[in-house]
Amino acid sequence: MSKKEELNFEELMIKLEDITNRLENEKLSLDESVKLFEEGMEISKECNNKLEDAEKKITILINENNEIKEEDFNTEV
Amino acid sequence: MKINPITVTELNMYVKDRVAEDEFLNSVLVKGEISNFKHHYTGHMYFTLKDENSLVKCVMFKSSTVTLNFAPKDGMKVIVLGSVGVYERDGVYQIYCKAMQEDGMGSLYVAFEKLKAKLEAEGLFDESHKKKIPFMPKIIGVLTSNTGAVIRDIINVSTRRNPNVYIRLLPVPVQGEGAAEKIVKAIKLMNDKNLADVIILGRGGGSLEDLWPFNEEIVARAIYESNIPIISAVGHETDFTIADFVADLRAPTPSAAAELAVTDILDLEYNINLFNRRLKMALKRKTEIMRLRYEKCLNSKVYKEPLQRINDAYLEIDKLMKSIENSTIKKLKDSKIEAAKAITKLDTLSPLKTLTRGFCLTESNGNIITKAQELKKDMEIDLRFQDGTAKAKVI
Repeated sequence: MSKKEELNFEELMIKLEDITNRLENEKLSLDESVKLFEEGMEISKECNNKLEDAEKKITILINENNEIKEEDFNTEV
Repeated sequence: MKINPITVTELNMYVKDRVAEDEFLNSVLVKGEISNFKHHYTGHMYFTLKDENSLVKCVMFKSSTVTLNFAPKDGMKVIVLGSVGVYERDGVYQIYCKAMQEDGMGSLYVAFEKLKAKLEAEGLFDESHKKKIPFMPKIIGVLTSNTGAVIRDIINVSTRRNPNVYIRLLPVPVQGEGAAEKIVKAIKLMNDKNLADVIILGRGGGSLEDLWPFNEEIVARAIYESNIPIISAVGHETDFTIADFVADLRAPTPSAAAELAVTDILDLEYNINLFNRRLKMALKRKTEIMRLRYEKCLNSKVYKEPLQRINDAYLEIDKLMKSIENSTIKKLKDSKIEAAKAITKLDTLSPLKTLTRGFCLTESNGNIITKAQELKKDMEIDLRFQDGTAKAKVI
């Protein structure tokens, strides 16, 4: 499980695609199919979460005496 | 005192002649900045050339303008080749331009081509060195001016494609003295502190001079050495800088760079949903196939009529019994016929049959007497006739 969380979005999408193809094309037992299906659904949920969990941030980096400060960047100006 | 004035025309004609005689003024190279530029409908160009202190009128006739490889406009620094002449009517002198080129352009262009060739030979533009732009970068670093349209365009396009995008702007000057050094420092800072997953290095359009920091060797090398993939977006679509050649990806405009860096979230959601549907369909199909197989099994006779085989066996037994019966009866019948045949045959051979014709059998104690010498006096014998036996005595 901890290993799965290390996957980035692209890797998750590749895995999701692979699982879907396998479920569609391979001759699998019902048990295996259900297992793959559940795994696929979980990954797709994770992908969705990754999309939604991100937070909008627009910042500006300010270099002050070699210290980098990050501040919100006002886009309205 | 006798006054002998000359006319204005005479004066202008005199000055004109004197100027025309001057060899130096017949062919001058003058550099300056164009102002008051007018492209007359006749095709002639009228403008003023100026520097910090002075200005001079210029005219370029249509016949000379065809040699121009750029469109002159106000503010442009140019070098003109021409002759100085006096326009009698107005009493002014002006430069009659025969040729004109952008000042600095020539040397900058040569420098550009030279550096391009050098870096290309060194392999800085090699496709093999270009890093892949990450599919869904978490943080998009932007190196550009914090004012102006570029950063706004990038923010607009990015947030439209993904409302949750994370943009980190590291402001850098994008033109003028020292800009190149600051861009280099910014690229290094982004890398050292790992501040972004992808960097957009951008600025708006401008003259070759304005874009020059992006043609500097130090900038090219900093881009090449960056571990973070860099998308260059310098100037307009037609502007190519060294930075564009070295960058991992070149975007024609800053907006396009944002499109390349930020994946459209709607596309992603669509894709995820598509996979979702495909997964559901695949499982449904799979269970459907399993169900059909199960039903096919249940439909088999074995399950539908479990007694069928027993009944079949019964029928088989009955059939066998019947055939045994039949063959037995037949055998019996055949035997009977055989027996009747044998009896008839026997009958014809029977001595009793002879008796009916008047013969009689002579027996003694059950033994048939076939010869007269077997008979003895007073011997009791049995005479068998066709209808029975009579006792007799030999005399």
